[in-house]
Amino acid sequence: MAEITLQDIIKPENQVYVKTKLMTDKNLSYCPGCGHGTAHRLIMEVVEELGQENDAIGIAPVGCSVLAYEFMNVDMQEAAHGRAPALATAVKRLWPNKLVFSYQGDGDLAAIGTAETIHACNRGEQIVMVFINNGIYGMTGGQMAPTTLPGMKTSTSPYGRDLQSMGNPLKMTELVAQLPGTYYVTRQAVHTPSAVRKAKRCIRKAFQNQLDGKPGVSFIEIVSNCNSGWKMEPVASNIWMEENMFPYYELGDLKVDGQLVEKK
Amino acid sequence: MGELRLMKGNEALAEAAIRAGVDGYFGYPITPQSEVIEYLMAEKPFERTGMVVLQAESEVASINMLYGGGGTGKKVMTSSSSPGISLMQEGLSYMAGAEIPCVVANVVRGGPGLGDIQPAQSDYFQSVKGGGHGDYRLPVLAPASVQEMSDFVPLSFDLAFKYRTPVLIVSDGLIGQMMEKVELFDTIPRLTDEEVIARYPWATNGKPKGKERRILTSLDLDPHKLEKHNFHLQDKYKQIREEEVRYEMIDCDDADYIIIAYGSSARISQKTLQLAREEGIKVGLLRPITLWPFPKQPIDDLVNKGVKGFLSVEMSAGQMVEDIRLTVRERTKVEHFGRYGGVIHSPEEVLEALKNKIIGD
Ligand SMILES: Cc1ncc(C[n+]2csc(CCOP(=O)(O)OP(=O)(O)O)c2C)c(N)n1
Ligand code: SF4
Repeated sequence: MAEITLQDIIKPENQVYVKTKLMTDKNLSYCPGCGHGTAHRLIMEVVEELGQENDAIGIAPVGCSVLAYEFMNVDMQEAAHGRAPALATAVKRLWPNKLVFSYQGDGDLAAIGTAETIHACNRGEQIVMVFINNGIYGMTGGQMAPTTLPGMKTSTSPYGRDLQSMGNPLKMTELVAQLPGTYYVTRQAVHTPSAVRKAKRCIRKAFQNQLDGKPGVSFIEIVSNCNSGWKMEPVASNIWMEENMFPYYELGDLKVDGQLVEKK
Repeated sequence: MGELRLMKGNEALAEAAIRAGVDGYFGYPITPQSEVIEYLMAEKPFERTGMVVLQAESEVASINMLYGGGGTGKKVMTSSSSPGISLMQEGLSYMAGAEIPCVVANVVRGGPGLGDIQPAQSDYFQSVKGGGHGDYRLPVLAPASVQEMSDFVPLSFDLAFKYRTPVLIVSDGLIGQMMEKVELFDTIPRLTDEEVIARYPWATNGKPKGKERRILTSLDLDPHKLEKHNFHLQDKYKQIREEEVRYEMIDCDDADYIIIAYGSSARISQKTLQLAREEGIKVGLLRPITLWPFPKQPIDDLVNKGVKGFLSVEMSAGQMVEDIRLTVRERTKVEHFGRYGGVIHSPEEVLEALKNKIIGD
């Protein structure tokens, strides 16, 4: 009997998962276990499934995902730190028929870019904003972020975040949900298969809102890990995230179809 | 002959933006240029030409809106005054790096800091030396009349798209606020989306079917690649230096002394020329229209012709004078005169300075 080669195995009928062609073949620059790559992939899968590859325009941030444009295979612009919503605003206003999205970390969206975030949301720009909240500045080596949890150790809060002197974690998603300019606001995660499926449904809903011309921003927070910044192994970081991040940053929809979701 | 109107400089700039086929104006109010966005809002340019006008939350946001919009190949523009332009420097640096065309008008006021709201020319360094971080230059046009506030808008867009760079229009509170007769050019239709897509293949307006997608970024983590990109930028700046110098010369042919002045200072100095000639002093005026690239050649020619001295007249503590000195290289006298902090010099003061600092005893 002839030996079975790799080529014999890699056949369409044997494949249980195929990478979307809207992810490039470049090696991701992310640490193994990091949620950024999964979030990228979900966005690109949705763009492909919606048949929007020729109409999508993405805005990348400054942060670990600064190179998002290397991986997401659509037209992309790389913004200055925090300014992605301003770029996206103009792109959408000047090309109302295009599908425009921004992708930002928590330092980018909730610290240096707070004004751009709040005002793009408040004006009700018809864009999708994806917000990766990992509670830390990954790219610059693990400094405190506006989202760093109380008591959490980072390189600039080496004894833990002291709320008295360092201020409180900022729940940006709750904040933007209050603004009349947001249409859909949700908080999801991508650390387990079921979380991934749910997050993808939400991302699809967000992009569909834009395609349907729904008024306002569709805003998706993804609570994610930064195993390197948190100084944990990937699996341990996911457990830590479930135990510490999720109680503070509760997963679920905050606003759907322009209506705030009642807390049970 | 185009339509004649009596307008403020700021209004002429705004009207010219609509007529130049600008697709988007994004701005934030600041004196002495708020008339620009006020005029635009009142004119409903969206109804006239389809032009989008948006009041942003800050100059930081406006300049980054220009990055986004300009990156899609649309004609985008903002205007501000000194403190607001300082806030835009980060964005301008990114756009220089990513090679995004746009036009930014600075109606300069007195500084530093909040300064005042009176005319000044103290943003020369910031305008011509780069302004933000990194090795870059921006073409800078300096209007000296309400007419030029209008004419320089389409010219700036030509340069911005020809060289894929932000272009600055640097005027001052005097040019912005004063009213003069202006002959408006006929409206240039905005490009259609299809025209934009066909004309600017680098622009990120949706990956074309069957073609490579586009990326606009100023980042390259590989220093050798970034150096190469910088070489490319420097080549572009060299070409701009060679091809885009603009200036005006008045009464220079027989002049013993030359005043070099731009914008409002050039207007004031024209009167000085007349006063000097009445006294038998032969003075000419060299007016840089492009502050960068700086008109070195005509200065060099004047030195070679044997003029006895140059007076740089600026509403600043002496900024352009440094570029003149770099050109003259001590072959003849170069001095600076100017009032600043929002104070405007009179033609008589300029003549006095010429006599004291250049003609001497
Ligand atoms: C104006 C400016 N200030 C500071 C920095 C340095 N910097 C780069 S990324 C970053 C924080 C990134 O954190 P975050 O947005 O949470 O993204 P992450 O890396 O965690 O994905 C900082 C402070 C910068 N690039 N530009
Ligand atoms: S440093 Fe953190 S956010 Fe950045 S790639 Fe690594 S795990 Fe991800």
